[in-house]
Amino acid sequence: MGTFDTSQLLAILPQILLVVLALIVLAADLGTPRGKKRSLGIVTAVGLLIVLIVTLAWPETTEPVFGGALRVDGVGKAFQAIFLLSGLLVALISMDFRPLRQDGAYYAMLLFSVLGMSLMAAAEDLVMLYVAIEIAGISAYVLVGYMREDALSAEAGVKYLLFGAFSSTVMVYGLSLLYGIAGGTGYGRVAAVLLQTPFQLAMVAFLLVLVGFGFKVAMVPMHFWGPDTYQGAPTPITAFISVASKAAGFAVLARALHFLFPALNNDWPALLVAISMVTITLGNLLAVPQRNIKRMLAYSSIAQAGYVLIGITAGGVAGITAVIFYLLVYAVTNIGAFSIVSMVASHIDSDDIQDYAALSRRSPALALAMMVALLSLAGVPPSGGFVGKLFLFAAGIKAGLVPLVVVAVLNVIVALYYYLNVVKVMYTVRSEHEEDAIAVPAPSRLVLVLSVTGVLLLGILAAPCYNVMSNWVTGWFS
Amino acid sequence: MTQLVLFVIFGAITLAAAIAVVTARNLFHAVLWLLLAFFGVAGLYVLLEAPFFAAAQLFIYMGAIGVLIIYALMLTRGVMRQQVPLVNDQWALVAVLAVALLAVLSWLFLQHTWPTVDQAVGPDSLRTLGEALVDPGRYGFPFEVASVLLVMALIGAVTIVRER
Repeated sequence: MGTFDTSQLLAILPQILLVVLALIVLAADLGTPRGKKRSLGIVTAVGLLIVLIVTLAWPETTEPVFGGALRVDGVGKAFQAIFLLSGLLVALISMDFRPLRQDGAYYAMLLFSVLGMSLMAAAEDLVMLYVAIEIAGISAYVLVGYMREDALSAEAGVKYLLFGAFSSTVMVYGLSLLYGIAGGTGYGRVAAVLLQTPFQLAMVAFLLVLVGFGFKVAMVPMHFWGPDTYQGAPTPITAFISVASKAAGFAVLARALHFLFPALNNDWPALLVAISMVTITLGNLLAVPQRNIKRMLAYSSIAQAGYVLIGITAGGVAGITAVIFYLLVYAVTNIGAFSIVSMVASHIDSDDIQDYAALSRRSPALALAMMVALLSLAGVPPSGGFVGKLFLFAAGIKAGLVPLVVVAVLNVIVALYYYLNVVKVMYTVRSEHEEDAIAVPAPSRLVLVLSVTGVLLLGILAAPCYNVMSNWVTGWFS
Repeated sequence: MTQLVLFVIFGAITLAAAIAVVTARNLFHAVLWLLLAFFGVAGLYVLLEAPFFAAAQLFIYMGAIGVLIIYALMLTRGVMRQQVPLVNDQWALVAVLAVALLAVLSWLFLQHTWPTVDQAVGPDSLRTLGEALVDPGRYGFPFEVASVLLVMALIGAVTIVRER
């Protein structure tokens, strides 16, 4: 028996607080009368804000805790902050999403999902990784199918569950191979043994594990669940899985490439370059003909995952910092866009792009915020999305991935077309409902303000943010 | 030698039952075959000198999980009589891919010399397992987190099925 050092508990204080918060929300649900359950969203958001502050204020360590199960280093901390921020914003927009019959369990599942993701970002042990992925995954399946009475939501939940279960089975097979090869589950040990292992065997294990990670990230060819799930899920949850789930997949992928598969350092970049090219191109091309805004944003988020893969493939301080910066920008941008989709759907019960006609006359502020979000997704200066893409492409070029960056830049032009198409519909097409303003409840207004200022500030003050993040990342490479 | 014979027997039971699970036309029959597959795996655990796992496999998988699936089937309308097609029009492509994957994996596995433990499992394997699960320096933390996973799954399952 090893001795137990209670200071280890301090390293996981944010995770402990998340579990406590989930239990508080569940308990508060009992004392909250029907019709007032909305207020649980505030409890969740305030709680997440506290956990976020604790996470950021906590000094990061490079020492693994719990026998190497976790290492809450700078990169882990940065990703955890992204998940907590996404959870906070999603809790706020959930409060006024009308089709959702919300209660304590909804917010508790959201919190559990954030907990699973924050463990994913720090896991350095195969068993720990698997448990964390399942916590994040199973709670997300429940959230996607939460509107059980709605056929689309139920279908989305089932599809997400089946694809998730399948990819996680393949991944576990890969993890079991790694354990069989190494005789241990810690990343350090597995990595050391893999260096002595025939290339083919290590590669097969890597490919099997990549299926599980690729599902989370929604990269081609593990993207099929995306559009249907995004369309059917409650809109705030669509925002959540498109941002936080994806970021969690990248957190795991980045850490695994760096600490688990250094034996394949010369081999995986070519593979990821190919996947990245196909993901960016396919996502963008399929987004063009979409008429439903949630489906369009689904394909767009597949393409965005491809852009992030450039940074992952480039690696190094520049690559990983660019990934973190981009995912933060993407979080505030995409949740901002989905918050508007959520408000519009609550009001007019439609997700069709043509029903966004004359939004600029119905609710000028909403149209403006949507435009800012879409332009940032497209990568137009001076938005955060532009600077984020710049960092990713620069890291790619520095790592010699010129063809990939060229493909990505060409795709940015395709993407501009379908993002601007929505702007065109909002601003130039007339509609007979122009007098009917769309209600903007206070929590959603807060999300919009945070999102728009976040997008602009990250664009304007990119350098200081980048420097802070790159300080967190350097721990991996020193 | 006896060990090898027993391994072949239990392995054959597991594989045959597993094939029957995916080819059975009736969902209820598939579950019964699944129970047999669980039994075969329990036999493999015995051969690996892991009696606790063998017992857990019998009690939890054959007992609890098998019964749970059967209950779920009995409570689902129409599923007992329904005869759904087992394949869709992509079965040929998938079959080729699956066989190719099997060939590649088998070839790789046969080439590699897998590490083996240099000592037999001690008489107190249950104690070793228990200590590893609660030792904070080994699997203590993932074990605790797994309990959070179970609570979460329970709440999620109730949330999905209850009347609203």
